[in-house]
Amino acid sequence: MSSLAVTDTAWEAVIGLEVHAQLSTKSKAFAPVSIEYGAAPNTNVTPLCLGHPGTLPVLNENLVRYIVKMGLATNCNIARKSIFARKNYFYPDMPKGYQISQFDTPICYGGHLDIRLEDGTTKRVNLTRIHMEEDAGKSIHDQDPHNTLIDLNRSGTPLIEIVSEPDIRTPQEASAYMVRIRQIVQYLEICDGNMEEGSLRCDANVSIRPKGETKLGTRTELKNMNSFRNVERAIQYEIERQIQLVENGGTVVQQTRLWDANRMETRQMRSKEEAHDYRYFPDPDLPPVIITEEFLKDIEASLPEMPDVRKDRFVNEYKLPEKDAQILTENKYLADFFENALNGIDNPKAVSNIVITEVRRVLNEENIGIEEFRISPERLHELVSLREGDKISSSAMQTIFNEMLESDKSASDIAKEKNLLQVSDTGFLEPLVEQVIADNPDESARYREGKKGLMGFFVGQVMKQSKGKANPQLVTKMVQSKLDSE
Amino acid sequence: MSVSLKDVYYMANLARLSPDEAEARQLQKDMNQILEYMEQLNEVNTDDVEPLEHVIPLSNPLRADEAREPLDHEEALKNAPDADSDYFRVPRVIE
Repeated sequence: MSSLAVTDTAWEAVIGLEVHAQLSTKSKAFAPVSIEYGAAPNTNVTPLCLGHPGTLPVLNENLVRYIVKMGLATNCNIARKSIFARKNYFYPDMPKGYQISQFDTPICYGGHLDIRLEDGTTKRVNLTRIHMEEDAGKSIHDQDPHNTLIDLNRSGTPLIEIVSEPDIRTPQEASAYMVRIRQIVQYLEICDGNMEEGSLRCDANVSIRPKGETKLGTRTELKNMNSFRNVERAIQYEIERQIQLVENGGTVVQQTRLWDANRMETRQMRSKEEAHDYRYFPDPDLPPVIITEEFLKDIEASLPEMPDVRKDRFVNEYKLPEKDAQILTENKYLADFFENALNGIDNPKAVSNIVITEVRRVLNEENIGIEEFRISPERLHELVSLREGDKISSSAMQTIFNEMLESDKSASDIAKEKNLLQVSDTGFLEPLVEQVIADNPDESARYREGKKGLMGFFVGQVMKQSKGKANPQLVTKMVQSKLDSE
Repeated sequence: MSVSLKDVYYMANLARLSPDEAEARQLQKDMNQILEYMEQLNEVNTDDVEPLEHVIPLSNPLRADEAREPLDHEEALKNAPDADSDYFRVPRVIE
């Protein structure tokens, strides 16, 4: 099934994404209690989170601030008045019988964002809306054979839902879109963007149609894709499934399908025939959210430097190649790490090189984020400074870097301990250079006759005599002037 | 606009209620009466009237983003029909 390449067929896929981002506020959307991840079950709760009668929601100001930030960063219109609605359904992890959400008056609407594709081009994806809502609790089905267990710590956690227009055409674009969303929420510092832990979640609406057709086909909704790679794989699988189905005379049925990352397939969860009728209506407990000009200006002023602006600054201010700047700024925390490690070093490219090749290699190998990286930017700064000041060779820099991963020692302590400091002391090197020239009269003669390629031989000999500690650039200069003067 | 008996059963199902036929017919009658009463609004031109979601003219009183003491864990589970020491316990939900 996976051999079918979507681009080779007579079909086109139409994809829209609904992304939920869990906001990194200190407290819940409507209750003053922590949303900390990993707390003991049912300890971060209030009577409101448990759906007790007589409780009333009070809106967290940061929910409004954060979503307006997101709206501004994605070119949305901000509704001066928007209201909360109740989305009614029964499920045990939602004890009050409805989710507080927004329905026909979302606070942000009609924006767009540009995604970067693999061939270097960009594509604009329009946004339908971004609205505020609360999360439900957690149901645990596999711990007790006879019961479902309910943990309401997550109940009431603030979420924003970002709904795209069906502008996406390929699984790769979907994944690029998610990368872009993560980048923006991280830059705004409103969500940690961690898909594996579920603070960024994605549902995809997928349909197919013959190329050239403008009407939309029947769509299926995909859930449970908890990484960028799984978003891509699940959508790819689903497009191929629909094409095969239709080409074999079948019809696509509107349904929700779950992605199973172990079996690498989507399977039906529930059909929309029995779909919920949520009976949205305005929540009488929550007054309209009014956004004043003053509030809006305040948030506009607090917007941080966004990724594209930062990328351009890296190119202009640090003279980095476009590609380096792109990689470094893709993740806010990596860009922060780079700037902290740079901290005044004259050669930004040297810092960029070690971050892009060595640091990212370790992050990939260990599958960790830059926040968990063991070498602080300050320690890396010292390492690059040693190299830039010619105190260590490039191979010594590699050795020290690897050693720093295993200990808390500073670069210069490791350099001393391992005897890796380069000798740039001409008083020490002079006799070595003289000795090597004296010991190799044939080579010296041939060098003077024009065999300049022998320079490497002399430098190598001096390096050997110094047990690898001599500064090779300096040795080259000394050998040159010695041979040329005699 | 009128409510059929089928509509009543549909709504009852959404609300997890199971009225018998006599109750359902009574509900149908009540609902239709309510709708009929509301239809009087159609006599008024509301083209320039904004929808009113709330009768009291309040706007969002916002709360500072602070976490305070949560409800005590035992207190939280106390009124549950069923619970273990950590969780609320409900009949198994099968997807």
